[in-house]
Amino acid sequence: MTDPTATALVTALVSAASGATAGLSLPASWRARVVGTLLFLSGVAGLLAGLAALSGHDWQTDLPDLLPLAGIKLAVDGLSGWFLLLIGAVTATVGVYTIGYAGRDGHGPGSRTAMFTLPLFTASMLLVPAAASVPTFLLCWELMAVTSLLLVMTEHRRHEQVRPASVWYAAMTQAGFVTVLIGLVWLASIAGLDFTAIRTTTPGVSPAVKGGVFLLCLFGFASKAGAVPLHPWLPRAHAEAPSHVSALMSAAMVKLGVYGLLRVGFDLLGGGTGWWWLTVAALGALSALYGIVQAVVATDLKRLLAFSTSENIGLVLLGVGFAGMFASSGQPAVAALALAAALLHTINHAGFKTLLFLGAGSVVNATGTRDLDQLGGLSKRMAATTALFAAGALAAAALPPGNGFVSEWLLLQSLLHPGGHTGTVLALGAPVAVAIIALTAGVGVATYVKAVGTGFLARPRSSAAAGAHESPLSMIAAMAMAALACAALAIVPALSVPAITQVAASLRLQAPPMGTNLVSLHLTGITATFWPLWLTVGLVVAVGALAVAGRTVGKARRRAIAWDCGDGPLTARMEYTATSYAEPLQRIFDDTLAPERDLDVTHEEESAYHIDAIRYRQRIPDRIENRLYRPLIVAIARLGEAARRLAPGVMHRYLAYMLTALIVVLVAGVIR
Amino acid sequence: MTELMAWLIAAAQALLLALLAPVVMGVTKTVRARLEGRASGRVGQPWRDLRKLLRKPPTSPTDSGIFFTAAPPMLMATSLIVAATAPFITTVGVAGSADLIVVVGVLLLGTVALTLAGLDTGTAFGGMGSSREMTIAALVEPTLLLSVFALSARVGSTNLGAIVNAGNADPEAVFTPASLLAFAALAIATLAETARIPVDNPSTHLELTMVHEAMILEYSGRDLALIEWASAMRLTILLGLLANLFAPWGIATTISLAWVVAGAGFFIVKVLGLAAVLAAGEVFVAKLRLFRVPELLAGSFALALLAVLASYVLA
Amino acid sequence: MARVGLFGKILKTGRVAEPAVPADETVPKAAGLGGSVQVRHVDAGSCNGCEIEIGQAFSPVYDAERHGVRLVASPRHADVLTVTGPVTVNMAGPLRKTFDAMPEPRLVVAVGDCARNCGVFAGGHGVHGSVAEVVPVDVHIPGCPPEPAQIVATLRGLSGR
Repeated sequence: MTDPTATALVTALVSAASGATAGLSLPASWRARVVGTLLFLSGVAGLLAGLAALSGHDWQTDLPDLLPLAGIKLAVDGLSGWFLLLIGAVTATVGVYTIGYAGRDGHGPGSRTAMFTLPLFTASMLLVPAAASVPTFLLCWELMAVTSLLLVMTEHRRHEQVRPASVWYAAMTQAGFVTVLIGLVWLASIAGLDFTAIRTTTPGVSPAVKGGVFLLCLFGFASKAGAVPLHPWLPRAHAEAPSHVSALMSAAMVKLGVYGLLRVGFDLLGGGTGWWWLTVAALGALSALYGIVQAVVATDLKRLLAFSTSENIGLVLLGVGFAGMFASSGQPAVAALALAAALLHTINHAGFKTLLFLGAGSVVNATGTRDLDQLGGLSKRMAATTALFAAGALAAAALPPGNGFVSEWLLLQSLLHPGGHTGTVLALGAPVAVAIIALTAGVGVATYVKAVGTGFLARPRSSAAAGAHESPLSMIAAMAMAALACAALAIVPALSVPAITQVAASLRLQAPPMGTNLVSLHLTGITATFWPLWLTVGLVVAVGALAVAGRTVGKARRRAIAWDCGDGPLTARMEYTATSYAEPLQRIFDDTLAPERDLDVTHEEESAYHIDAIRYRQRIPDRIENRLYRPLIVAIARLGEAARRLAPGVMHRYLAYMLTALIVVLVAGVIR
Repeated sequence: MTELMAWLIAAAQALLLALLAPVVMGVTKTVRARLEGRASGRVGQPWRDLRKLLRKPPTSPTDSGIFFTAAPPMLMATSLIVAATAPFITTVGVAGSADLIVVVGVLLLGTVALTLAGLDTGTAFGGMGSSREMTIAALVEPTLLLSVFALSARVGSTNLGAIVNAGNADPEAVFTPASLLAFAALAIATLAETARIPVDNPSTHLELTMVHEAMILEYSGRDLALIEWASAMRLTILLGLLANLFAPWGIATTISLAWVVAGAGFFIVKVLGLAAVLAAGEVFVAKLRLFRVPELLAGSFALALLAVLASYVLA
Repeated sequence: MARVGLFGKILKTGRVAEPAVPADETVPKAAGLGGSVQVRHVDAGSCNGCEIEIGQAFSPVYDAERHGVRLVASPRHADVLTVTGPVTVNMAGPLRKTFDAMPEPRLVVAVGDCARNCGVFAGGHGVHGSVAEVVPVDVHIPGCPPEPAQIVATLRGLSGR
């Protein structure tokens, strides 16, 4: 009887490979449909592989001849299974979306390169959690980076911002890769190449070395996850990539950074000391706050969603960090709870971020613009997209009954748990973390009300928005799939408890103290229960009853133009824009955001007292990027300029270099 | 049998709060009027206003969609759900089973429904009110959740029934510094959440000073009735939570008719008393300008943080 | 210690409101309002004399609120429209729109002689006509300006309390 995990994973990879071949060889009119379907099949197979692994069917295999020098080793355990499930689900949804989104003209997302690279990207994302040796892991990681870079560059002919975004992405992803490479190779040089070998050897490694490896890997994985201050690639790449790629990157790829951290920190390095996880939690807190503050003032819809990804990754890292801190201070139950919250949040975020990015893609397709200040009035013209986007926004804003609220509730419970406040660091850190989560949640609600309210409601603010039309059926179906997944996670979250227990077991942690009653999320040991099903039912019944009562008993509804104080009809210019909506919050966070303001006053020629025109421009830059990265880039550029003097084109100097190098090598060889 | 009783009591609790809410508004208006030297209207006047409004037809702007129409029932539904499940009369069964974090989230959901409606009207005032309301709601969240932390640290749980029972069992816990600081923080947060002075003036006519009122300028008839009623219920709910979290004496801890009725009586007295204190306080304070409100909320956050630290150090 | 000063002042001043003005019997009690009257005021070009008197009608001394009458910020919230002034050319359209924006049942109260027949401004080049020529008027309050007591009496009659 073949192993279900193996069968499913191999099916997923084979589907992806056929998808890649189809993308390269088929004519444009068939390409999108075939590749989309094959991607859907690959995603479903990946999801099933994850489910199989989470129900206990661990699997491993060794293919030494596939790669020279090191061979390929794959192993799927509980932790891999969780991320396979996540990536498979997102891939399946994006596959359906691509059928309609990539179109039939063979340009942009429908081109041969894009359709060839897309299945390779999803396949590499499925392989990363399954990698069981350092070379396999690094190979799959780099494959994922390269294919995603190609996909980000898809529309480089149409938009001029795509190229700088791709350069940033390439540089930062390679920098992250180099640090992970150094860290893992350092570990491998002491403990061996196989993950199983590393696991048995690390208890004997010195804490200083473990700490160094952890920090190097943290740098690389946090950069991939989009944690502040390693985030500047994220708003650029996610905004400029085509929307289905943005969905894949934001929902699935950044989670692999979290996977890497869990795998290296908890599994390979055996848990570590408290200060590692304090660093992770601090990064998480910074990401959460900075991400959401930048998101609330963003007027580009996809930039808003990208910074929101940064914020949610921050919350996940907070959970992971606190899990580590609880574990290393001897509180395994609370640690498992915090880890459960972080894992649940990764999958919840995958669900609603896919939905939101696919919705943004529909909007950009229909109106041609991402600028919230130009949108509006879409609720009448794109009713299905608006409804589905609003459902995603409810989840993203962490409001009940959405699924974002469930994982946030669990995270808060783990921080408020009476067993966890041992030691000064935790006793002070937990309330600070609660305050940060609360502020993030509050500003997050404002962000999504802005996105839905100014982007979709009332009147269109430009002719582009006025000319919008509803998206094709496949795109709406994909969004509906994502919305259904979010609804399931919101109403019966307790379904995930056995899976989380399996993940905890594979990380050699205790099972989270949560009950498995389907209709409620219940924490054992303390009085903490939350009934999401009853809450949803209660809300639906109450709203329905009031609406029906109003219709039957009350007077009929009138329609009239909005009250405009009696003088003239309201124009679209009189509506609140996204910039004005966020202005009070921008003023409050002025010190963090430091907006750049330009004021140009042109006077009339005859008199300096009369003004001809005033031009005012406000831009909100990414302050961390300006303070941290610009000096670094300038320094590297100067270094490069200086290094150019080493290669002036004079043959004698090159010959001298070669001679010196030869002498050094000979001397070194003799001395050795 | 007790399961059915529990559900009935929860429904009765929700009904009691719905009936009591306009009376609470009436009491605040009467107390304020008397202190200002006016002859006030009757305490039941808000009931007459609601009855008249329910009989009038609602109006929707032509550019608005489902968000405008759905906001009044949504606001009312969230208020009813919190009224039914938070411990006001009793801590037993469904009526005392709410989790404090969930209550905060559900109330925020109601606020969000109204802010989206404000944007859906397409008017400048709607957008302005919506933007200000969301700014204030975002800044109140840290205070609310840190107060939750302070309250739950004492008891080891965020379940409202457990917190109220613990307070009932240990009456002296009310007068600890942590408790008093948390009360002060929650009181300021209540003022912000329910749009009272000094954060917002509920009876202003100047649109540029409005926060909550600006979002509902477009509503009429039974929509307006539902919104006014739900807002009054939110005030009653928050005053009731303040009363029962910090002074839970009199709440029914067993399901027997006599105790439940007595619990209801105590609750009504406490809430009306708090409403009178609120109204009296409003006479002495003026509304803050919008960009001073973050300073006030930062102050309440500091109080909540002190409450948490005090609960570690002293309790 | 301004607060103590204010509290002392409240105790010393006591009640400022005068005894209730009897209701105007000639005014029909507004059916369907049941003791709750919400008023939206429109100044259709008046000299503000009537506005000052209306303002006084809602002040602590006359206190129309004790009869269930309240001023509101939007015509959508209102049942009664009080209009002052001869309707000027610029205000004719807005006045009509304000009336149209009110949900039914709705009443119009024309306050002052200008609202009734343009008063001293009749025939002026900027004057459109009396209020009755723009919106259907239910009650007139005569006077230039009418006393606050008259205004309260009329509103009390409308509310029935």
